[in-house]
Amino acid sequence: MKTDVLTAPHSIEYTYTRSTGPMIGAFMTGLRDGKIIGVRGADGRVHVPAIDYDPVTSEDLSELVEVADTGVVTTWSWNDQPRSGQPLEHPFAWALVRWDGADTAMLVAVDCGDASTISTGAKVKARWADERTGTIHDLCCCELQS
Amino acid sequence: MSADVVDEAVPPVTVIECPTRLDFSYTPGVAQSRFLRALERGEITGQRCPKCKKVYVPPRGACSMCGVATEEELVLSGKGTITTFCTTQIPSPGLVPPYVTAWIRLDGSDITSMFLIQECDPAEVRLGMRVEAVWVEEADRKADLGNISYFRPIDEPDAEYETYKDYV
Ligand SMILES: [Zn+2]
Repeated sequence: MKTDVLTAPHSIEYTYTRSTGPMIGAFMTGLRDGKIIGVRGADGRVHVPAIDYDPVTSEDLSELVEVADTGVVTTWSWNDQPRSGQPLEHPFAWALVRWDGADTAMLVAVDCGDASTISTGAKVKARWADERTGTIHDLCCCELQS
Repeated sequence: MSADVVDEAVPPVTVIECPTRLDFSYTPGVAQSRFLRALERGEITGQRCPKCKKVYVPPRGACSMCGVATEEELVLSGKGTITTFCTTQIPSPGLVPPYVTAWIRLDGSDITSMFLIQECDPAEVRLGMRVEAVWVEEADRKADLGNISYFRPIDEPDAEYETYKDYV
């Protein structure tokens, strides 16, 4: 039996509506205001994004701390072929960025042309969306600072 | 827009939308491609296992019980028997509640398939009810199960329970 084998695009999409809880809610509200919000942990370290419970003692956390929108790359990898839905359409770096004033790093895209321009320890600054709505997309990406 | 204004005017964020999307390129394989091409012609086809003689619809190219290739192809009538059904009371895209979905054992098939039941009061739907496929207009047919709009009742006595009891 000979047959042409068919092929077709097939997409599965779910929309979750997620309650943020008080800490992620504060982080998202901060993004909408163009601020990066963390929380102080039991040992005094500042976690960004803000988290609900201390990662060591598990106690409730509540002391919100605004950190700078400038920071340092602690590690990175190069994304040569961005996929749809990712922060940038051209090649960029995925980096863990420790914002100035924070003790932990978070994942951010760095728009820096090509891989030769970025390195661990590089200084970066947030690029904000023109219209911010209270989602992670308010923080478009980072740019390198000389 | 200034951040200070936003601070005052808008309540804090408590809920976020988190869409998740996966894009696949789906290939149904040789057996199901033949099945889909048949649907394009307005036919429902199945394949019979050479060993246990069971008929698979849609065909998979092999019998999962016997582990042998299924090559004998047959064309089914498009009539069948409701073996299980569910009446849905909440809306779904493109469907007005209450609507009925049913597992149908197509005549000649040894497996059931789920289809919408229409042209019928949901309260009338029952096990053993005889139904037939309603196809989209010939000009609109594609290699797609969407060619069958739904199943509707036919004027035949209900099937005997013995004929579908293994599929309930
Ligand atoms: Zn078999």
